[in-house]
Order: sequence, then C-alpha cells, then structure tokens
Amino acid sequence: MTSDGSTLKTADVEPDDRAEVGWHETGQAPSTEPSQTKPQPAASPASASTAPAKQGLSVRLQGLKAFYGSSEQVKGVDLDFHANEVTAIIGPSGCGKSTMVRCINRMHEEIPGAHAEGRVLLDELDVYDSAVDVVAVRRAIGMVFQKPNPFPTMSIFDNVASGLRLSSRGRGDLHGKVETALRGAGLWDEVSDRLSEPGAGLSGGQQQRLCIARSLAVDPEVILMDEPCSALDPIATLKIEELIAELKQRVTIVIVTHNMQQAARVADRTAFMLSGKLVEVGPTEDIFTKPSDSRTEEYVTGKFG
Amino acid sequence: MSTQRPTPAVQLARFNVSPARRRKDRIARGLILAATVLALIPLALIVYYLLHKGLSTWSVNFFTTDPTGNTFFGSSNIGGIKSAILGTIEIVALASVISIPIGIGVAVWLVEYGRSSWFANTVRFFVDVLTGVPSILFGLFIYIVLIVGTGSSYAGYKGSLALSLLMLPVVIRSAEVVLLLIPGALRESALALGAPRWRVIFSIVLPTALPGMVTGVLLAVARAAGETAPLLFTAASTHETNFNLGQFMNSLPVQIYSDVTSPTTAVVNRAWGAALTLVVMILLLNLIARLIARRSRLA
Repeated sequence: MTSDGSTLKTADVEPDDRAEVGWHETGQAPSTEPSQTKPQPAASPASASTAPAKQGLSVRLQGLKAFYGSSEQVKGVDLDFHANEVTAIIGPSGCGKSTMVRCINRMHEEIPGAHAEGRVLLDELDVYDSAVDVVAVRRAIGMVFQKPNPFPTMSIFDNVASGLRLSSRGRGDLHGKVETALRGAGLWDEVSDRLSEPGAGLSGGQQQRLCIARSLAVDPEVILMDEPCSALDPIATLKIEELIAELKQRVTIVIVTHNMQQAARVADRTAFMLSGKLVEVGPTEDIFTKPSDSRTEEYVTGKFG
Repeated sequence: MSTQRPTPAVQLARFNVSPARRRKDRIARGLILAATVLALIPLALIVYYLLHKGLSTWSVNFFTTDPTGNTFFGSSNIGGIKSAILGTIEIVALASVISIPIGIGVAVWLVEYGRSSWFANTVRFFVDVLTGVPSILFGLFIYIVLIVGTGSSYAGYKGSLALSLLMLPVVIRSAEVVLLLIPGALRESALALGAPRWRVIFSIVLPTALPGMVTGVLLAVARAAGETAPLLFTAASTHETNFNLGQFMNSLPVQIYSDVTSPTTAVVNRAWGAALTLVVMILLLNLIARLIARRSRLA
C-alpha cells in the first residue's frame, strides 16, 4: 500500500499516467492484502470482516476544518469512514455536512475563497499532500450531487463515457465499460435501447442513476453522495437506496442526507453533525435507538432541526 | 355550507376589477404596444426600401462583374459588385479568424480563471471602454501604426486588423455572458469525475455554451461586415477582384459609401443593390451558423 501511495505522490510523473498506474494498483491492493496487516490503529473491525472481494478504501478525517473566506464552517472534525460501508451524515441545514463531504474529494477548494485545513486520509494517502494530483483524487473519490445533472449536450452513452473520456481513458472497450457502469447503476434495462438519446430526456430518478453510472464508470474506490434523493420522488428514492446497498460491495459510500429514515435504511454507520462539529458517530442502530449525546437524541426524535 | 356565506353579491363584488385599474391597465398596455410599433416602423421601412430599390438592380451581371469606375456618364457600363462582395468576405473572414479565438479565450479566462480578481475586473473595464470606441478610431489606430508607422501602403489585412479590434470587445462580452449562464453544477460534476480543468472547459463548458456564443459572434461579424470607417484608410478600395490580402481591397460598405455620393442615378442604385446584398449575406450567415449550432448540440 505504501509503495502505491508513493507512486501516486510522485510529482514528476505525467498526471494521466500517474492516475492510471497509481489508482489501478491502489484499487487492486486491498483484495490481496487484508486490512489488519496494515499499520491502522484500531480503525475498522467491521471492514476487516467484509467480503474478500473488497474494493473500497477507507477515508479518515483528522482535524478537518473548512473555511469560506474567513468564516469557519467545519470546525475540526475527526471521523472515520470504513471501507465498503455506507456512512450517513445527518444534521440540520447549514451544519456543514455538505461542506465536509466536499472536502474529501477536494471539491470544496473549487469555490472562490474557500479552503480546508487538517488531513483527509484515503487509506494511507493524505489527499491534501502537496505532491498529490487533485485530479487523481477525484478519480478515486466519485461524487453524486443533490440535483441530477447529466451533461446537457451529451447522449446517455456519452454521459456515462464522459468520465473516461474527460480523463483521457476513453480508449479500449468503452462500450463494455459503459454497459458495466449502467448495469451497476441499475439503469441498463431501462436505457439499453436508447443510448444515443439525450441524457436530459430521462426522468429525474433515471437522471440521478445516470449520474451514479457516470461516476461508477471511472471505477472509484469511494463515492460521496450529497443528498442524492432530495430532488426525487419516493419510488425513485427507493431505487437509489437499493442501489446504494448493492454498491457498497464495491465502494465505500458516504451519504449526506436530510432524511433520517433514509439514513436508518441505508447506512451501516451514522454521524450526527451540529454547527460544524461532529457530535456523535456510531452504528446506525445505536445512533437512532440509544444515542450517547442528548443533542443527537433530540435531533433524531424530531425535537429540533 | 352556503348558508354560512355572506350574500353572494357582496362576496363577489370584492373580486371585481375596479374601473380605475382596468383603465390604467389599458393605457399601460397601449403605451407598450405603441413603443413596439414605433420601433418596428423604421425597421420595416428599411427592409421595404432595400427590397424596393435594391432588387431591381440585381442581375447575374451585377454579381459577376467588377465595378468599372466609369461613373460619369449615365450611358456607360458601371459594372457590378463582385470585387466588393469577395473583398468583404475575405476581410471579414480574416478579422473573424483573428478576433473570435482571442475573444473567446479572453471570455473563458475571465469566467473560469480570472473571476472577480482585480486584473479580471480591469480587463472587463477596458473591454467595456473598447465597446464604446467609435469605429473610425480603430481605423485611425491601424492607419497610424501600420501605414504611417511602417511607411507602407493600404492592404486588405490591415482592414481586417481594424475590424478585428472592433469585433473583439463584442465577442468577449457576449461570450462572457453566455459562459456565466452555464450552471456551476455542470463544471462541478465534471471536475468531480476527475477531469482536468482544461478538459472541463473544452468538453463540457464550451459545447454547452456554443449555441449562445454563436449568436454573440454573429453580432460581431455582422457589425464588422457593415463597417465603412475602419476600412476607408486601411484597406482603401479598388475596382478589381483581389485574393491577395496584402493589396488594396474593395468591400461592400466602402463601395456603398462611394456609390451613394455619385451624381449618376445608376451608380446610386448600385449602392442600394449592394446594401441589399450585404443584408442578405448576413442573414444567410446567420441561418447557416444557427443550423450548425443546432446540429452540433448533440453530436
């Protein structure tokens, strides 16, 4: 793992090559090497016991702070996302959950004036290390946004292929990769006969699954979902939730949600945030039935938020 | 239920539009309509006059022969406007090749990189100033720098340079407005897929902005194609068709300008024909560009 990490950190390698070599090996390594052999302090008993064909990577936040200009929105969060688990982040509006998640794949810094402090470890690699290519980080950590946003100028096929093409990996069996991604997102049967139609012509739920397929196509180890169902109806939401349960076999999932029932349905672990701070994190059942912090209890029982 | 309500007459009267408001609404609508009609009148008259005066001069000869320069006698053959049409196409094409890539490049930089930095705002300010500069000044600038300054003669490419300076601010501002309309969510989702920024711009932002940009670019091309002043002392004019942009070059606006001042009726009529030709050319360009833009949306 460490050697893979250093491959990735080598700054003088041409970015595209580095991304292909580095991430390919990082993605493969965990399947042959159980996580307990790594120098990982008491982090994930759960992830060690999951399926042997594990592909996701753990993400660990250490003292993460996020700023917009000088205003601090995330105020020092330490939080572990175990590999191949679904972790839900709940909390009232404006508590910094989206901001925190956007720090994981370094999308936060795309906002003018915004910056982050602290460490985000993808497995062993600090994604904020100065030698790390931000583009490679985002290829390993996919993201699904609140509003379905397929590229309006592209067909269904091109939307799914876009991640590969945009990162110069559109060669090889593009059609096969697109089909795999669409099947992975549970959309293949619905669109296989109209791949050349515009992606924007699909229904909202289908568009969101198209966006999930788009991020799956680049074969990430982690997928961040920022309220992926908030613009969808209950049936489309159910489909996405079923999909999440399937996807965690292959990737680590972090899902921000306003919907506590959703967190209870899909998440292995749940984290509760309040005013930029992590209040409590634990197995989902514990958070909803026997939270250790009174503020968590008040929030999950609907007393505020 | 109905027994609980007050008498229907009272209830409904509250919802009637008062006569005063109805009157005000009518007056306001009338004024707006009058403004629209007023604005349309000159437009309709221009089109009418162009067709009325211009169409009668059109003939095969009109488009296939160069002007002869024999304009003093009504009986002499004055020739057509071939060299002017081709000259305008050549000069404007070169001006477009220069100003469109640069202009779109500046707009992309302003929107994607410069954003609201002081330098970007300075650039925006000067682009705005440039938009307001009278077109003859661009001609003068090129005249002083490239003709007086170098001691050389008039040339088609110097006219192109003057026109490209004129087009540049129009292209920049219109492209910037369109690029600003592209939702940030599109850029974000492409970046989150692990696309380098330049790929996001080339593969996502520019294709999405293309139809809107075509409109702005066409405005600039149309404006440049109709300008006389920047060409008068840069490309000058000549009678012969010319494919060498290093030589004097005829153009439609300059041809119209010199024809309109002629005492000979046939020559003045040729100006109308040339003006109609210019309008039709720009209209065709508009249609073609729109077709291309529409087709490439889902290529």
